[in-house]
Amino acid sequence: MSVGAVSVLRLVLRRELTLSFRRPGQLLQPLVFFLIVTTLFPLGLSPQLSLLRDMAPGVLWAAALLASLLSMDGLFKGDSEDGTLEQLVLSGQSLTLIVIAKTLAHWLVSGAALVVVSPIVATTLAVPVEAFPIMMLSLGLGTLTLSWLGAIGAGLTVGLRRGSVLLSLIVLPLAMPLLIFGANATDRAIGGESAAGALYFLAALCVFTTTLAPIAASVALRITLE
Amino acid sequence: MWTWFYRLASPPSVYRVAGVFAPWLLLSAAVFIVYGIIDGLAFAPPDYQQGDAFRIIYVHAPAGWLSMFAYTLMAIAGAVGLIWRIKMGHAVAAAVAPVGASFTVLGLVTGSLWGRPMWGTYWAWDPRLTSELILLFLYVGVISLRAAFEDPNRGDRAAALLAIVGVVNVPIIHYSVQWWNSLHQGATVAKFAKPSMPGSMLWPLLAMFMGYMLFFFGVLCMRVCAEILNRERQASWVREVVRA
Amino acid sequence: MTVGSFFAMGGYARYVWPCFALAISILLWNVWSARRYHAQALKRVRRALAMAGSNGS
Repeated sequence: MSVGAVSVLRLVLRRELTLSFRRPGQLLQPLVFFLIVTTLFPLGLSPQLSLLRDMAPGVLWAAALLASLLSMDGLFKGDSEDGTLEQLVLSGQSLTLIVIAKTLAHWLVSGAALVVVSPIVATTLAVPVEAFPIMMLSLGLGTLTLSWLGAIGAGLTVGLRRGSVLLSLIVLPLAMPLLIFGANATDRAIGGESAAGALYFLAALCVFTTTLAPIAASVALRITLE
Repeated sequence: MWTWFYRLASPPSVYRVAGVFAPWLLLSAAVFIVYGIIDGLAFAPPDYQQGDAFRIIYVHAPAGWLSMFAYTLMAIAGAVGLIWRIKMGHAVAAAVAPVGASFTVLGLVTGSLWGRPMWGTYWAWDPRLTSELILLFLYVGVISLRAAFEDPNRGDRAAALLAIVGVVNVPIIHYSVQWWNSLHQGATVAKFAKPSMPGSMLWPLLAMFMGYMLFFFGVLCMRVCAEILNRERQASWVREVVRA
Repeated sequence: MTVGSFFAMGGYARYVWPCFALAISILLWNVWSARRYHAQALKRVRRALAMAGSNGS
């Protein structure tokens, strides 16, 4: 029975989301981590609001990156442990499509969730409400790009011992441009200036990564599984 | 049509050629480096702005350049191994990685030491140093990834993919860091002031570039030979070579 | 230029000399490390040959 591309996407997406929601506790972990890491900075530095506002873009972005990466190694690990991953690779369906669906599903429950929670966290860092839309847009683009990069890393490290540390090690340097532009967009929004330049570049990065990363991730899976 | 290339790229011929070239490459490297260091330290005139501190450029600039060149070479070699399945590609990529990483460290430390008299601080997040630092992270990632696999073939191919992804990102990283740095031009001068280069300053620098490159390829030949031995352990030609 | 002024490097001696020393060290390390790596590989091949030799012919 030949299955069209959209059906593959829909089926895998639905499966991933169903599986994720079976363990609601696990869904909350990246969000709580985000909150905890953000709390570390005022505790470590100072509760002075003006200082926090200056730090906010960097702290938010670093915390979001780390929180997203935390759950990234679970992208393929569950399926690899019970043999589903091999079935998917052998299924004859486009592995790239499957990777796209899995990564999107993962982003929806981690990165996108972080974006939704970010206003709360931003308020604790004295970020003005006017900056929220740009902040959330930049975080959305950034976490999505990060999910694609993380998919490549997850594909390369699935099944390795201490794979999650290695995953962060290889993905974080690649994510530094994201951090630079995303934090800058947020910073300009806080300052009331136009964040257009940084946002355009962030969007360009996102499109570039969205186009190429799924292919790279599926190549990575074939390398590690064969 | 490509059989001549495949034969050239066969492990025994690479082993033989690399073994022959290595000592000559290293020897000529030594000549250039010795000349470059002596001329650069003793005979090149001091810079009008930076005095004698600018001499650090003679060991710093070639190291920085080589670290970039090596990473690109590593990615290309990995691509040759991954896409065309020529095993020598992986051998070269594996051999380049530690050498390239060592030059990155050299570039970072000399850059930092140069920064101290110039900016008053050992580290100043200037765009070139920051890019170098991220490059070092990329090297560490590739080396760690290759080492994490028990099956060396998988390790080679995974590392090759990562190197390719990395090399695509390097221009993006460079641009981003440049942009980031230009935003935050503080009181410290964030760029290396390039001394204007009369000939007497330039010749030793060119010699050092040449010397470092020759040295790099010489050491690469040595490491490629070792990689070949490790990968072709079972082959009969290896036994003949080792018995000799 | 005297020997003393050469070593003083216009006051920047403690930055210039460590840089050159580090450069030489890293060059030497590369040669040493590559030689060692090659020697280890040779040893492994020889050992494998010896074991095959004692098992086979």
